[in-house]
Amino acid sequence: MTEQQLFIKSKEYRKNILKYIYKAKAGHTGGSLSCIDILNVLYNQILNVSPENFTSPDRDRYIQSKGHCVEALFVVLADKGFFPETDLETLCQYQSHYIGHPTRKVNGVEQNTGALGHGLPISVGTALAAKMDEKSYRVFTLLGDGELPEGSNWEAFLSASHYKLDNLCAILDYNKLQITGKNADVLNTEPIADKLKSFGWAVREVDGNDTQKLKETLDQIPFEVGKPSFVIAHTIKGKGVSYMENQLKWHHGVPTAEQYELALSELS
Amino acid sequence: MMNDIKMPTQGLANLEVFAATLESLATLDRNIVAVTSDSRGSGKLTPFGQQFPKQIIEVGIAEQNLVGVAAGLASAGKKVFAVSPACFLTARALEQIKNDVAYSDNAVVLVGISAGVSYGALGTTHHSLHDYAVLRAINNLIVVAPADNFETEQAILQAAALNKPIYLRFGKKNMPVSLNNELGTMRDEYNNEFSILEKTHHSFKFGKGRIVREGSDMTFIGTGETVLPAFEAAEKLASEHGIQAKVVSMHTIKPLDYDLLNTIASEGKPIITVEEHSVYGGLGEAVASYLMQNAHRNSFKIMGIPDEYTVTGSQNEIFNHYGLSKEGISKVALNLLK
Repeated sequence: MTEQQLFIKSKEYRKNILKYIYKAKAGHTGGSLSCIDILNVLYNQILNVSPENFTSPDRDRYIQSKGHCVEALFVVLADKGFFPETDLETLCQYQSHYIGHPTRKVNGVEQNTGALGHGLPISVGTALAAKMDEKSYRVFTLLGDGELPEGSNWEAFLSASHYKLDNLCAILDYNKLQITGKNADVLNTEPIADKLKSFGWAVREVDGNDTQKLKETLDQIPFEVGKPSFVIAHTIKGKGVSYMENQLKWHHGVPTAEQYELALSELS
Repeated sequence: MMNDIKMPTQGLANLEVFAATLESLATLDRNIVAVTSDSRGSGKLTPFGQQFPKQIIEVGIAEQNLVGVAAGLASAGKKVFAVSPACFLTARALEQIKNDVAYSDNAVVLVGISAGVSYGALGTTHHSLHDYAVLRAINNLIVVAPADNFETEQAILQAAALNKPIYLRFGKKNMPVSLNNELGTMRDEYNNEFSILEKTHHSFKFGKGRIVREGSDMTFIGTGETVLPAFEAAEKLASEHGIQAKVVSMHTIKPLDYDLLNTIASEGKPIITVEEHSVYGGLGEAVASYLMQNAHRNSFKIMGIPDEYTVTGSQNEIFNHYGLSKEGISKVALNLLK
């Protein structure tokens, strides 16, 4: 996939995220738009995972810790052929498997997440299993900045470096906003890079809405042999829709018909 | 008259049987993995760690990570035993048990060690009197408390082969080899050639209560380390009063053996449940719920730890204080039979 094709994919994904959130009248709009470029690069450039190899023990794993941004994941999985995209018309509807968080009832989803601070410990266990079995698959997890204060993350940060899990990569979708306000005001977690380095991780920072730069960064994993990789992906919440960008109310805001049309025209 | 009491042969602590059985399994299967939170000593797993250093993962004192890591290992094909004191495992890591193990259907064997009031005078922080209650309410989790060494060994062997989320609860007091002496001594059966299937004894099955003593006048239903005092009470009632009490080891709290409960309740005799757990939300209330909803109106009593600041003492002293003893249980039985 060329640089240009990757760029276009992101636009298509953004339109679909909005389409299904608009249809479901529910969803985590701002966060899904901030992390979608990361998922785009992972599923189209980095991960060795497809509907064909999804039951293979050797596949790469992607575990989405910030489970509430499930719309981004579902849109990408549909595009990769894990299920028909029309399934997403049932998102959050009565008796649908497509609930508001990742669930293994949906083909392509590795773990049921949604409660925060869970993806990283599970990823550590999965990466440990690869080491024990001398397998070459890698484990990626997407963390939200709002979930960083969860103590379980810091337990997992410790264990990942203790076990030298250089087959593990955690990506922080760092849009700097959470439901109450700015991370820095809610509970300051900075300096994140210094903290992670002191916890024994190899840390890189990147523009998390620039697919090419993301690809260049993720291509270099592991950043250091014997260390887990941590990517601070600086993103913009609501990225791609001018009136949503950096606006707190779009954390889980649902567009009106007019807003939806305006968003689509901006993304065309 | 006391000479007539036939007590089963004393064996090891169930915890020790767990560790020994896990070693046997690990010899046969390199996918057997123990995950510990600075708990390998209290889990009797120090020899396991020495013998299988590549099959034990230490996460330090971090129970949430213990369960999350165990779930990740299980999802990648490991047969994982996550071993931690029951008090911490089932409280601090409850959300990980609910989501990462049960809801995500990762086949972790959660092993709650030194359960109930095994830690005695260390107090409430170290007691687990809530675990049946909270775990019963979680979908897709089997909850088991083996009574004797036989049940413990079978529970470990069958849990390893089950491929489903399961919680096993062990104390650290010596328990009988087999309450009904159905096996000679467990150790006689050990050899290096056994296969897991051959070892699987049909008289133990998750979800099926085990009658360890027959009797037609009443029934004691115990679980875990309270089956022994219930058994002793039954022997005392027989020798001193000619009363024959059936004793059931209801090792599986969930799913509960409704067929056996129906059979017992249909006899119309008094039923007493005995558990090392709060009287709220455990075995007793699970049995009561079944009886009430199925038109059984037997005389009924729940014995357990009352809802109060637990008395200070050893496990034995706490059991005696709350009547979870030969004397206490038989006294309640006589009152119920009046």
